[in-house]
Formats: sequence, structure tokens, C-alpha cells
Amino acid sequence: MTAVTHNIDLERSGTGRIDWSPYLVGAGIGVLSWVAFGLFGDPLGVTTAYSRVASWFAVPIIGSEAVAQNSYWKSMPLKWDYGVWFLVGIPLGAFLSAVLSGTWRLELVPEVWEERFGPSVIKRFVAAFLGGVVIMYGARLAGGCTSGHGISGGLQLALSSWLFLAVMFATGLAVSAVLFRKS
Amino acid sequence: MNILAIIGPIVMGAAFGFLLQRGKVTSCNVIENQFRLRDFTVLKVMGTAIVVGGLGVLLLVDTGNSKYYVKDANMLAVAIGAALFGVGMVVYGYCPGTALGAIATGSIHALVGALGMVGGAILYALTFDWLKSHVLNVWTLGKVRLPDITGVPDGVWFAALAAGAGLFFWWVESRGGKRA
Repeated sequence: MTAVTHNIDLERSGTGRIDWSPYLVGAGIGVLSWVAFGLFGDPLGVTTAYSRVASWFAVPIIGSEAVAQNSYWKSMPLKWDYGVWFLVGIPLGAFLSAVLSGTWRLELVPEVWEERFGPSVIKRFVAAFLGGVVIMYGARLAGGCTSGHGISGGLQLALSSWLFLAVMFATGLAVSAVLFRKS
Repeated sequence: MNILAIIGPIVMGAAFGFLLQRGKVTSCNVIENQFRLRDFTVLKVMGTAIVVGGLGVLLLVDTGNSKYYVKDANMLAVAIGAALFGVGMVVYGYCPGTALGAIATGSIHALVGALGMVGGAILYALTFDWLKSHVLNVWTLGKVRLPDITGVPDGVWFAALAAGAGLFFWWVESRGGKRA
């Protein structure tokens, strides 16, 4: 049985399509890193700031006292620093790009997921939620994500970041092979 | 507070989010298909960013205009964390940065996963003391760079990376998007 290979050009079928080269985009992110290092002294990264923000969400869940006493959040309290404002910028830029390219569109279940696991929204939401828990726990344990470790650390030739890249991709390939195996 | 300290990072984040969307990596399909080896967009974006970014940052550091911000090589923690990250990325279909971009392009399931990410961060904070004394302190090599531990200079690393990435992407493109 031949699996249908998904056509990426068609998949964002708002009214438009994106035709920017991934190499151009990668070079753009590289240049953005020059500015991040040279001008701001703050490499591109996401999850450090994300866990600062998470402490705010934690207050109604585990109580303000527990958050205040937590040794991790003591070292990383909620404050509106460079990283948190950077997080605010990401959706703004992505929204602008999607609207300008006519590719903004509501998505409940992505095509690749639906092909394999069916159209159930609940199933997709549960998986997305659990995947989100695991990815953030892993990112914090590793000390960074695809941005902070992968790009910012990778471009500095940091040992920790290249270990992260190797293990992350190897694990992802293995899990994907199992999850998306042909039944 | 200096207004530039707010505008600066917002503009940087917006530029990053814009590029991620234009690079199609805010699409769950593109990310899943990278791990299924059907679409190499993620590696093309990351590989080019690392080589272009790395050469510029190397120049900035060599000319005294920046320093390195290397993360600690707590090898056990990084290895376990990266493995969990790989699992999470395939199940979620996003990484944390692309997820934030995807939410703003209309992906509702990315938003649901972002709440999961809050949960993951809370779980991490709650288990931090134990991790600190059992995992984060194992095989700690410090803030080391590959040129430091190998003695191979930066220039050679980047030449090898650029050549390797170039060859790999040339091979990928010559296959014309055919499946592996």
C-alpha cells in the first residue's frame, strides 16, 4: 500500500501559499542570531522564559506559597525580562506572516495526524497536551529547546547543545517510526 | 524601564515568529514529516541557521563584540531531557517556539499543547530539588565548546559543518522530495 505523501504547498490552503526558501529563512534566523548576540547579548531561546511565565499559572494550581517557596522558581522568578517579551513577539510575527501570506487558518487536527490517527479532535487534543507536558519537562531538564539549544547552542558549537541535537533527533526518529508505522 | 528593553525583544521575537511561519515550521505537518523523513524543511532551516549564525557570532566574539552563552554540559540531564524532548516533539507535533507561532496562525491543538507545556514546566519545578541532587549533578563538564574539548579550531568545525550540510541538502534536493 502506498501512503499518500502530503503536499506541503497545498496543506496550508487558506487563500495563499508560502514560497520562501527554507535556506533563506534559515539564513534569516542566523542573521537574527548575530543581532541577538551582538546587540542584545541574549541568544534566541524560548523555554527559560516560558517556565518563568508558568510560575504564574502555577499559583492557582499549587498555591502562591508553594510557588514562592519553590527553589526552581526562586532562581527563576516571574519577571518581564528580555526573554518573556521575546515570547510575546513570536506569535505577533507569526500572525503577521500568516495573514500577509493568506495562510491563516483554523486547525483542530493536522492532516498528517488525521491520516494516521483519524479525525477525532479529543484524541488529538489529549496527545497535544501530553506531548506538551513531556516536551517542556525535557526542555527544562536539558536546559533548552530547539531554539536555545538547537540553534543558539548549536551555532556556538556547545557540547551540551550538540548532544541535545543528536539525542533529540534520534529519539524523534525512533518514536515517529513506531507511531506512524504502517499497520 | 527603558522602552527599548521592551520593544527590542518584541521586535526580535516577531522577526523570529515571522521567519518560522515563512519557513513553514509552524506547521505540525512539516515537523511530523521531518521525523518521518518525508520533508527536510526543519533540517534545512536549522542547518542554515547554525552555519550562517555561527560564522557571524564567531566573528563577533573574535572581534570582542560578543561573548559566548554556552549552556552547562550536564551530560545525563541533557541526554534524558533531549530524549523526552524528542518524544514530546513527535507526539505534540511542535517544539516550544514553533508552537507559540502556530497558535497565532490558527492552530487550536497547538494552544492545547501549550497548556500542557505549562504543566510540564510546573512538574519540572516541583521535581527540581530531586533532579538537582540526582540527575543534574551527573557527568558535569561545564560550559564547554567542541573546539575546547577536541582541540580542533572553530574554522575547521564550521568548514566541516558547511560542507556536510551542503552535501546533505544537495542530496536531499536531488531526490526531488521523493520518499526515503
